[in-house]
Amino acid sequence: MRVTHRDVVCSFCGTLCDDIEVDVEDGRIAEVRHACRIGTTKFLSASRHEHRLLKPMVRENGRLKEVSLEEAVERAAEILAGARRPLLYGWSSTSCEAQSVGIELAEVLGGVIDNTSTVCHGPTTIAVHEAGFISCTLGEVKNRADLVIYWGANPMHAHPRHLSRYSIYPRGYFRERGHQDRTLVVVDVRRTDTARLAQKFVRVQPGRDYELISALRAVVNGRKLPTDEVAGVSREDIEELAEMMKSCSFGVLFFGMGLTQSPGRHRNIDNAICLVRDLNTHTKFVIMPMRGHYNVVGFSEVLSWQAGFPFAVDFSKGYAWYNPGETTANDVLQRGECDAMLVVASDPVSNFPKPSVENMLRMPIVAIDVHPTPTTMVADVVIPAAIAGIEVEGTAYRMDVVPLRLRKVVEPPEGVLSDVEVLQRILERVKEIKG
Amino acid sequence: MRFTLITGRTVAQGDAMEKGKTEEEFMKACAIVELDPEDMEKLGVREGDTVRVKTSEGELVLWVRKAPGEQPGVAFIPLGPWANYLIGGDTEATGMPPYKVVDAEITPERGKVPSLEELLRLYTREEVR
Repeated sequence: MRVTHRDVVCSFCGTLCDDIEVDVEDGRIAEVRHACRIGTTKFLSASRHEHRLLKPMVRENGRLKEVSLEEAVERAAEILAGARRPLLYGWSSTSCEAQSVGIELAEVLGGVIDNTSTVCHGPTTIAVHEAGFISCTLGEVKNRADLVIYWGANPMHAHPRHLSRYSIYPRGYFRERGHQDRTLVVVDVRRTDTARLAQKFVRVQPGRDYELISALRAVVNGRKLPTDEVAGVSREDIEELAEMMKSCSFGVLFFGMGLTQSPGRHRNIDNAICLVRDLNTHTKFVIMPMRGHYNVVGFSEVLSWQAGFPFAVDFSKGYAWYNPGETTANDVLQRGECDAMLVVASDPVSNFPKPSVENMLRMPIVAIDVHPTPTTMVADVVIPAAIAGIEVEGTAYRMDVVPLRLRKVVEPPEGVLSDVEVLQRILERVKEIKG
Repeated sequence: MRFTLITGRTVAQGDAMEKGKTEEEFMKACAIVELDPEDMEKLGVREGDTVRVKTSEGELVLWVRKAPGEQPGVAFIPLGPWANYLIGGDTEATGMPPYKVVDAEITPERGKVPSLEELLRLYTREEVR
């Protein structure tokens, strides 16, 4: 029998599309509609059990061996409770409920907890501490925005439905003709697939975004540029873009890793926020980070409720301590300050730079994940988990900090628990060991 | 030839990642370097050829792919273990490693692109763990 689930939330990227239709036949996902290429694959691959982690494993004599869940939990608890300062990392591709248990575990262990925003919009968070933030919801973008700028972001690849659901193509309350009522501008070092759709593409020289933002601020604030070009962009182009920004009725600046990962890092974002603040003396303008993992925002929310800080919290002093650059995952790893790792719903062996990975490989690793990854390949304990948003319910926050309820459409593989349950079992056992 | 190396997401990388990182499709989506067509001509390489990409952190042989649009002087490698083997660790006290805007030297070279397991072995210099 085929059952159709409507308005399912896709748990892949921060766009968190909530209009997905999923057909389930004989307990397996048979068809997915409305999702992008990546979202469709995520739903369909959930039912390809041959490509999933199904059994808990523990490393013995260099090889991963299948064990019972109890044995894997015991070994994980021993590794973590025995560490002086474990690093608990990942968290952005799971529910707020799992994040909450993970934060308690970090506190009980006296460890460091950090999520993937440390390698995506961590610099944005630092900039917001400095400069504040002028933002809105994606619904407001859909209904009001007539100028949409993507700076250092390529949503056609990383958030494939962002343009069609919120920013450019949908008809909005004040934008009845959809894309005909909006202008798309892309600033990037490459002519990306998103840039190819833009009415205006501005090619900035790599690593010189800060200068270009400063030049735009100067022109927006009524100054004349003393040079013919800045950061590879002509004065005419800068003046034209400044005029477009000042004369729109509702502008939005979406930005991505092109700003956070380039030289300048948080200073680029600080300057961009100040540009948006300057623009609000002329018109309505907002700024929004293009958040990658579907619940990366949720982690910052939950950690702020429980520990008072948005990422990179160190509990080793007996209280919550936050200092990016000191307590951030890559810095802790590279200084060799942690002696064990718990990785949840993430793959730092793939996604961390070489010096961090080299140090990771020197310490015991416990990994909780859905699929085999380079991190589970080198881990000492591997515990499979059900997929939040497909096999278990939960809460996730969209990139505009709107919480949405994740749905369950199929049962998880037999014997596979949610990461909430796995983490609770580890936490219980750690509490017993720690007394 | 000198390039500015940028790493980041592609839809093919995201799709392959959700199918499974141990599958061959993931390697085909990630163990590549996208170059501007004119830069490819200057290097004398065509799509599917291999090149050696060298940064201050490491070097790897990767497949060449034509970039979707022009990007003179910029080399792009999709996010993944191959890209990050070439990335250093200095976070400038922000927590963020330098994933973008890295100096790289690219030379044409007929060689073997390392598989995922071979790449992990480069780290441990032995069987994975």
